[in-house]
Amino acid sequence: MTGARMSTLATLRGSIARIEADAGIGAPDRVTLGHGLADATLHGGLALGAMHEVFAEGRQSATATGFVAGLARRVAARRPLLWVRQDFAAIESGALSMSGWSELGLDPRQVVSVHAPDVDAALRIAADALACDALGAVVMEIWGEARQFDLVASRKLTLTARASGVTALLLRPAAVPQPSTAETRWIVRAAHSPPDTALSNKVWQTWGAPVLDAQLVRNRHGPTGQWIMEWNCDECLFREATAHPQPVAAATADRSHQAPAVGWQRRAS
Amino acid sequence: MASGSREENASKQKESDQAANDSGVAPCIVVAKQNNALQISALNDAAARLGLEAGLPLANARAICPDIEVFDADEAADTQVLNHIADWCDRFTPLVALDGPQGLFLDITGCAHLFGGEALMLATLCGALQRRGFVVAAAIAGTPVCARALTRCSPGRIVAAGGEAEAVTPLPVFALGAADAITRGLRRAGLKTIGDVASRSRPEIAARFGAEFTNLLEQALGVEDAPISPRKPLPDYIVEKRFAEPVTTDTVISTVLAGLARTLVTAMERQGKGARQLHASFFRTDGAVRTIAVETGQPVTRAAVIDRLLRERLDAIADPLDPGFGFDLIRLAASRSEIVVQQQRDLDASVHDNDEVAALIDRIAARIGGNRVLVHLPQDTHLPERAVLAVPALHHFVLSAHADWPRRTEGEPPLRPLKLFERPEQIQVIAQVPDGPPARFVWRRAAHAVVRAEGPERIAMEWWRAQGEMLTRDYFRVEDEAGLRFWVYRDGLYDREIVQEEDRIVQPNWFMHGLFA
Repeated sequence: MTGARMSTLATLRGSIARIEADAGIGAPDRVTLGHGLADATLHGGLALGAMHEVFAEGRQSATATGFVAGLARRVAARRPLLWVRQDFAAIESGALSMSGWSELGLDPRQVVSVHAPDVDAALRIAADALACDALGAVVMEIWGEARQFDLVASRKLTLTARASGVTALLLRPAAVPQPSTAETRWIVRAAHSPPDTALSNKVWQTWGAPVLDAQLVRNRHGPTGQWIMEWNCDECLFREATAHPQPVAAATADRSHQAPAVGWQRRAS
Repeated sequence: MASGSREENASKQKESDQAANDSGVAPCIVVAKQNNALQISALNDAAARLGLEAGLPLANARAICPDIEVFDADEAADTQVLNHIADWCDRFTPLVALDGPQGLFLDITGCAHLFGGEALMLATLCGALQRRGFVVAAAIAGTPVCARALTRCSPGRIVAAGGEAEAVTPLPVFALGAADAITRGLRRAGLKTIGDVASRSRPEIAARFGAEFTNLLEQALGVEDAPISPRKPLPDYIVEKRFAEPVTTDTVISTVLAGLARTLVTAMERQGKGARQLHASFFRTDGAVRTIAVETGQPVTRAAVIDRLLRERLDAIADPLDPGFGFDLIRLAASRSEIVVQQQRDLDASVHDNDEVAALIDRIAARIGGNRVLVHLPQDTHLPERAVLAVPALHHFVLSAHADWPRRTEGEPPLRPLKLFERPEQIQVIAQVPDGPPARFVWRRAAHAVVRAEGPERIAMEWWRAQGEMLTRDYFRVEDEAGLRFWVYRDGLYDREIVQEEDRIVQPNWFMHGLFA
């Protein structure tokens, strides 16, 4: 009985693997994030030519933007980057500032920003841009729930990205994860700066590089996890946060069932 | 055709009812307020037969004909109608100019043979407008003023080159279209026809009526010529396709556009040019004309690219192309073109990559508009909101790729926020000391307790720009208990720019300006 079930499962897994792996394309190229544990979980890094989703609460949108900016820098390297956003997003959480961009160690010359009037236009532009293999990455920033971004739209983007090898990064502040064909899905929140032991005065502590609590809630080809990462502005990669005293952020109470707060394989420092 | 330019002047009057020549039409007039009185500004033939004329007060007109129909003048609508007619006239020549409130000049130099000669062209134009219910008077002559004079007094005439003086001599002086005072002055002097005026010596006329009128007279006589000022600049290249049977389906329209794009590219290729701006015009059978424009960052030399840009634009326009009963003419014009610099393709892939990205930018700009696709240029200022200028990628893509950005200090955490609010949002702040960092603040109805703070970074306003009172800002980088990082500032230096009044304490204003990653 058990044996029969196992063999059925194995057959099904095999056929799914055959469907998913397009002919001629083996394992996708990956680029390391720099964070050792995260890279190990992702089998060597973030897959290129795929779609990755980053979710965040509305008030955490700047943190998520920073995370996506870091991911974009990792996957695009020195190639141009297209940042598509809705008009609405700028009012809600401010416009992307290129002075801040260059302060993160990124190159503002590579960025072309597109202000789409609505989600439909943003999706069309992103699909068009993903087909252009001269780009390093395409970031799409959609604020809040978007009915238009359904499974069909997400499948279309994934296929286009796979064909051209351009990575699609989806930034979704104030949105609840929906079924999609993304390779990975992250939920990002801000984390505290590491304490500065030199100064005892509590308020006048200096802070360091951006620190964030990245939770990998979906990974098509591997386990999930949660890590505290620090963006290293000089080397342009993510690092383990130095001597982080705080326990990994506790699960928030009102999380929906699709987004479990803690992955089944909890790997945190 | 001495001067090589043939002008056609067609005066049209929008009629209030049906064709005026019908005997059964009731007399009707259009009145407008002039000199604090309602006066007739336009009238139909039936009204004219009753002895009414333009400029007569409405009260007099009512006394002459009590049951006359009266309409209010609507100058805006008149101008709109005339502009629509001018759009429609674009099918005859690209050079169409407005002449006062009721006339149009068409420069048909070199165009007439396309319509079977001048006489046939005149008949086609007048016939088409009359079918739409307009009363048209038109004439063809060597100079615009001569054509205008003929249109007013003997419409339908075609004056051969050199015959201008002979043609206008018997016409009354008002046909010249000079100011009312001049026309009246000429009549009082006994100079009734243009011939009478022309027989006087020029210095005599110039002394009495001014040099401007002398020029007008010379132009009417065909001695001098002045160019018309067309409504639209002349495109560099025009290709068009006319249809005996109007086309309505999208398939045919896109096939035609693709064909026109190929023809256009062939024409431009001969001179080594590429298109920077394209206009596609669709002339509907009922006279409506729709034009769509596409701009590109680099000169386009491939028909497929033009075709794709136009299709993107057609897909994206908010009110889709309505063929109605069909288009009988589709025209593609390169309104701006540039010489293409042929670049040697080497093994360096980056040149090729940049071209591809530029083509992508063109496509996106065609879809959503050029000012929505932006690149960024650094500015030499300390003001955070002015430090970066976002400019259309269509025109500045190459410039921005070589811009010189200020280098960040190695080892420092980010000093500027990743997200900047266009307008700083006011926050309520509790600070421990008046010029210290905030201890707590309320932003968007949510309270944040500050755990860490860095600052102040003092940024003084640019006093050389006179823009009202600008206070010095003290910026603080603060982190709240959840780890969120903000960029807040206090407007004004405490005790220096914010002066305390006698009876009450003035609190400084605090603003949220950005969010750190």
